Amino acid sequence: MIKAYGDTLNDGAVQLSFTLPVPNSKKAEEAALLYAKKLGFDEVHVVHSSALSDNFTFFVVYGKTNMSVDYDNIVVEDVKSSMDFYQVNDFIKKNIKRKVVVVGACAGTDAHTVGIDAIMNMKGFEMHYGLERYPMIHAHNLGSQVTNEEIIKHAVKVKADAILISQVVTQKEVHIHNLTEFVELLEAENLRSKFIIIVGGPRINNKLAMELGFDAGFGRGTFPEDAASFIVEKIVERGIKH
Amino acid sequence: MWEMNKLELSKSKIEQARKLAQSIVEPVQKYIDHHTSMTVERTTLRMMGADGVNSDGAPVPNIIVDSLKDKLGYGVAKYYINALIKKGMSVSELNDAIAKGLDISKLELSDLKHIKEKGDSLVNNFKATVTKNVKHRKEKLEKYKKNINSPMLYLIVATGNIYEDVKQAQAAAIQGADVIAVIRTTGQSLLDYVPYGPTTEGFGGTYATQENFRIMRVALDEVGEKIHKYIRLVNYCSGLCMPEIAVMGAIERLDMMLNDSMYGILFRDINMYRTFVDQNFSRMINSYADIIINTGEDNYLTTSDAYEKAYTVLASQFINECFAYKAGMPARLMGLGHAFEMDPKMKNGFLYELAQAQMAREIFSEAPLKYMPPTKYMTGDIFKGYAMNTMFNFVAKATDQKILLLGILTEALHTPFMQDRYLAVENAKYVNNSIADLAGDIEFKKGGIIQSRAKEVLDQTLKFMSEVKELGLFDSIEKKMFADISRHKNGGKGLEGVAEKDASYWNPFEHFLKGELKIKK
Repeated sequence: MIKAYGDTLNDGAVQLSFTLPVPNSKKAEEAALLYAKKLGFDEVHVVHSSALSDNFTFFVVYGKTNMSVDYDNIVVEDVKSSMDFYQVNDFIKKNIKRKVVVVGACAGTDAHTVGIDAIMNMKGFEMHYGLERYPMIHAHNLGSQVTNEEIIKHAVKVKADAILISQVVTQKEVHIHNLTEFVELLEAENLRSKFIIIVGGPRINNKLAMELGFDAGFGRGTFPEDAASFIVEKIVERGIKH
Repeated sequence: MWEMNKLELSKSKIEQARKLAQSIVEPVQKYIDHHTSMTVERTTLRMMGADGVNSDGAPVPNIIVDSLKDKLGYGVAKYYINALIKKGMSVSELNDAIAKGLDISKLELSDLKHIKEKGDSLVNNFKATVTKNVKHRKEKLEKYKKNINSPMLYLIVATGNIYEDVKQAQAAAIQGADVIAVIRTTGQSLLDYVPYGPTTEGFGGTYATQENFRIMRVALDEVGEKIHKYIRLVNYCSGLCMPEIAVMGAIERLDMMLNDSMYGILFRDINMYRTFVDQNFSRMINSYADIIINTGEDNYLTTSDAYEKAYTVLASQFINECFAYKAGMPARLMGLGHAFEMDPKMKNGFLYELAQAQMAREIFSEAPLKYMPPTKYMTGDIFKGYAMNTMFNFVAKATDQKILLLGILTEALHTPFMQDRYLAVENAKYVNNSIADLAGDIEFKKGGIIQSRAKEVLDQTLKFMSEVKELGLFDSIEKKMFADISRHKNGGKGLEGVAEKDASYWNPFEHFLKGELKIKK
């Protein structure tokens, strides 16, 4: 059994900071103390309080807790997490030894480029750089309302390793029709095995993508490195071409 | 003006860099002078009062310009004014009629003399609105001068709902912010129209609309009176509607605008011809409305290594400065940007940051420099992050930066908690007070690390700018010389919205602005 360590084994000392929606006062400090006690802490000390505005107060609090966890019985699943920007580039240099080519577009009638831009643009999204910024990836963002035919034509032209399709609009299942058509077109032209195909969008998940014949589907909360990691690992898995 | 040379930089090299910037910008400016764009024309319409949307949400300025697509080269102003005359309507009556389906491109043109007279009166209306705003801002800034921090503390709100943004912005002002930036939704820069009315949705921010500008302005004026301060309001004058946002800001009294000459090209894949044309008109409006621009050099450092590519920041500052001068902007409105983005593990990284910031201060001595906090190397270790922000604040105050975008300790984690902003303000206030007069007391060792670093960066900048000059700016961008990204001349979004000006091109607002800003033909 283990507890937090302050300066003595098993003292259970924890440091907290939080804000309460009340004016700074003696009463507010008492509230912070009671709140910490309710959270399971004993020997609570409110060591600092300051007013954030007329009606909010910030506290720094120390407390000790009797709670403990049985460390020996903890089992964690080995979840494979994505590589980051640097790891992806290193992985390509080491294992693929040439630039990876990625084509992305909002397919069909979809004009919502927010998703594909977050994944492709230099700037990226929430400080996760887009594929254009990866030195070892050559990214082509075809923009919005691109037909499936145009996407495939472009992918063939630039010898793409992977095609990213963004589908934001899902009214009347328009995305299902479009994605199905995309896979059928690839198959009809005997090109399906040439590309890793991925679909992304707020209402897309991996299960749906697989059912439609894609290699992967990415939903809300996906960052560029997630897509990039999948692509580069898949390239190696399939055997590197060109 | 604070003339200084603590870094002992060569004056002739700085002059040489400015000359290089001139040679880089002039061919582009020649192109700009002979072209207009759909958003420049829509801007002109907005300056005349065109506003509102039809039942599908299409803005009136867009409806008009779309109906006159093949006439952009003549300037659309005369068609709008002609409709006012022919229909005998007021501006708002005409806007309503257009929203309901009136096609003004079908009306026969009345005589130009009459149109020009009417144009003059519309220019005067615009002039009165902006003059009033500029006067109001000046008076309030003067009145509350002693309460404004130096550097100005700049905080961001980004709830995605304008009414929530208002609450957070007022709280931030009470906590000590001098400047509030309202983040707009991801992807707005790629819309070729400006949405209308108040908005309560968006990803990582809500839309920039004229109504949202107005709502936030009222809120900040209100809280400002309470705390005896004039709170400056910032939004994003970038993307496909650069000059339209500028005019909305001029009308609604925004005080600063993010406004870079090349950001859209490099980081949003907007066509370069379109961007250059649009940035020029937007900067003329910002200049006239006394709005400080913030340029986006920080973006170069999130792309590339801050130590290796420090010269791209300086080169971009020179180019941004030159484009701004061409748009009649005085140096006091040029919030040239840079950022504290060196790897914290780098030995002497702090000295290099200090050198870079001091160099910007000395070279652009009148500019209200905008300094951006660490973001790239911020992690979940909020304690380390807080220490980095202190170092950043130190550099800012020690080198007399003017606009300080506050670093938030939870930068890499989530949108700021209320206490995170408070801690950011407290940090900056502590540093600003504690080293209040350090900048005036400090000098650098002759030939020491800091002086040598600044010289090195200036030399690299000269070399880089010479290469850009040789190739020309358009080709340099194609050849990946900026931010390691290639943009093709005819690629990107918005090129179809650019038109060559006919010899008979008429735009009374452009003419007016050029006169007011003393821009030579």
